Amino acid sequence: MNIFVCVKQVPDTETKITPTGDGSFIETASIKWIMNPYDEFAVEQALLIKQSNPAANVTVVRVGSVKDTEALRTAMAMGADDAALVEANDSLDSHSIAKALKGAIEKTGKKPDIILAGKQAIDDDALQVPQILAEMLGLPSVSVIVGFELNGTTVKVKREVEGGALEVYEVNTPVVLACNKGLNTPRYASLPGIMKAKKKPMAQYSLADVGVSDADRRVKYSQFRLPPEKPAG
Amino acid sequence: MANVLVFTELHDGHVKPVTLEILGKLAGQSADVAVIGDIGADQVAELAKFGAQNVHKIKGANLDKYSPEGYTNALADFIKSKSYDYVFAGATSMGKDFLPRLASKFDAGLASDVTNFTMDGGVFAGTRPFFSGKCLAKVEITGPKPHFVSIRPNALGMTANPTAGAGAAADAAGNAGEIRAMIKEIVKAASTKTDLTEANIIVTGGRAMKNAENFKILEQMADVLGATVGASRAAVDSGFAPHAMQVGQTGKTVAPSLYIACGVSGAIQHLAGMRTSKVIVAINTDPDAPIFTKADYGIVGDLFQIVPVMTEEFKKLLGK
Ligand SMILES: Cc1cc2nc3c(=O)[nH]c(=O)nc-3n(C[C@H](O)[C@H](O)[C@H](O)COP(=O)(O)OP(=O)(O)OC[C@H]3O[C@@H](n4cnc5c(N)ncnc54)[C@H](O)[C@@H]3O)c2cc1C
Ligand SMILES: Cc1cc2nc3c(=O)[nH]c(=O)nc-3n(C[C@H](O)[C@H](O)[C@H](O)COP(=O)(O)OP(=O)(O)OC[C@H]3O[C@@H](n4cnc5c(N)ncnc54)[C@H](O)[C@@H]3O)c2cc1C
Repeated sequence: MNIFVCVKQVPDTETKITPTGDGSFIETASIKWIMNPYDEFAVEQALLIKQSNPAANVTVVRVGSVKDTEALRTAMAMGADDAALVEANDSLDSHSIAKALKGAIEKTGKKPDIILAGKQAIDDDALQVPQILAEMLGLPSVSVIVGFELNGTTVKVKREVEGGALEVYEVNTPVVLACNKGLNTPRYASLPGIMKAKKKPMAQYSLADVGVSDADRRVKYSQFRLPPEKPAG
Repeated sequence: MANVLVFTELHDGHVKPVTLEILGKLAGQSADVAVIGDIGADQVAELAKFGAQNVHKIKGANLDKYSPEGYTNALADFIKSKSYDYVFAGATSMGKDFLPRLASKFDAGLASDVTNFTMDGGVFAGTRPFFSGKCLAKVEITGPKPHFVSIRPNALGMTANPTAGAGAAADAAGNAGEIRAMIKEIVKAASTKTDLTEANIIVTGGRAMKNAENFKILEQMADVLGATVGASRAAVDSGFAPHAMQVGQTGKTVAPSLYIACGVSGAIQHLAGMRTSKVIVAINTDPDAPIFTKADYGIVGDLFQIVPVMTEEFKKLLGK
């Protein structure tokens, strides 16, 4: 069984956000990058599946800059088997990212059974990538999952909606699932895990390798600015 | 002028308020509404008042309950049969779930969770929060049409459309196609209150609530105000409230007209989720609590004394 986990690197939640002078983005020089918190639930779920299916292989995939590969190393230190990185500047839009993830998954030559992602990236909260990826791969998807049960090739998941109600879905693999808090409790990487992670294989591709170009951009962001301050009460 | 389709989700047979917010803001464009299922003449009239020209009721097999694939397929077919420049929907649980799939079917772009927008010359330009609202940016869409936009509930506000639409309602055949991820059952939450993300008033309790039992005093106040109760992460992690009630960076992002924070310190991750609330009231024993820097009205004192008194006052004021 092949499990893929999409992980994104985002600024630490304590980071003070300062837009750049020209408003093109935010100052990134002093940012501490972490694995997107929702992606930790996705990694943990993959490792839980692997625990009861020892033959399963867990690959973590990320699209982003190479200068810091913290998120992928952390996932491998937690127990993922290998990683694939598509080298890109961090300003791709959701459509391009999904297309690059699809390309990277295909490049590994492994046919996905379960693709896990976070429900949203906490930097831009777009909640798009997993669903676009599913559509591009022609797979079903369920987002915001808080419960997961695997029986053979059938997955039963619970999706949280407004007012805390739960929709219970049954779906056959292959499937794309976007994970929410409450699904599980992510483990910490152990010291031996961190040492082992350094030797685990990490494939690296360029955007061209995975068939993504500037023509794939669908959304443009500009004029980054601080929200208007509320007057102190 | 752009041709726009606004998808509206139904809640107990009613259109969601965010639909009317979107229609009002689209004044000057030509806007149709699509709904999957049926709505009554009164609902159609309401949509027309806010500018809806045509109301398309899409009906077909396997569309009686929501599924990401069924809704995506049926709407994709319908949209292909027309020529819309834009498709709008609320960034609700449902909208967030299927709109990316739908946009992807058209190889098109989606601006998600937009909090304000203009349509100058029929071209969309939006504003959306980044980093849980710690900053804002302009968002534009390029590439093939239609372009897709999801709008955060409560962000635009209700603006009347000066020109009513024709409100011509007609059925359209919907094809759900193959549905692989299917809802087997829905486990209802205990509460039937308005969801936090759509609530007009929110009363939130923090760690200072001490236990789940004490949340009753917040519920009593909420009942009087027609509000929804929220919680800080510390309250959720301590087991006082379920995660569905959490406001903040790793909880819900909310934008009510009135936000009453009781015994919440105002950590940056909490503020991230509620800072766009229109009026913020904070009750805290610590005059230096960071929440006061964001509050419009601050009350320094013990919430266990203040909340019941406020509830009584609200009762009198509202004649309850
Ligand atoms: C410096 C900088 C500049 C930017 N400028 C722009 C811009 O001009 N225009 C623009 O459109 N976007 C820009 N962005 C990118 C944008 O903010 C998001 O990265 C992009 O929209 C995709 O994330 P999302 O929020 O849609 O992911 P979501 O859909 O919210 O993420 C859900 C899940 O998808 C997976 N996922 C998301 N992204 C990745 C990834 N890269 N690798 C692996 N898995 C992933 C994760 O599992 C994640 O939990 C910029 C980002 C940075 C850091
Ligand atoms: C990655 C990450 C994500 C996070 N996400 C979230 C999130 O989504 N939402 C969130 O809320 N937090 C989040 N946090 C946690 C956040 O940092 C704070 O720890 C949390 O918000 C504190 O909750 P609190 O204000 O209830 O508790 P405290 O900080 O303990 O504050 C309690 C307050 O109550 C006051 N008080 C005590 N007794 C009384 C009384 N009798 N009457 C009135 N006031 C009283 C105290 O003066 C104090 O100010 C996150 C943290 C991290 C690291």
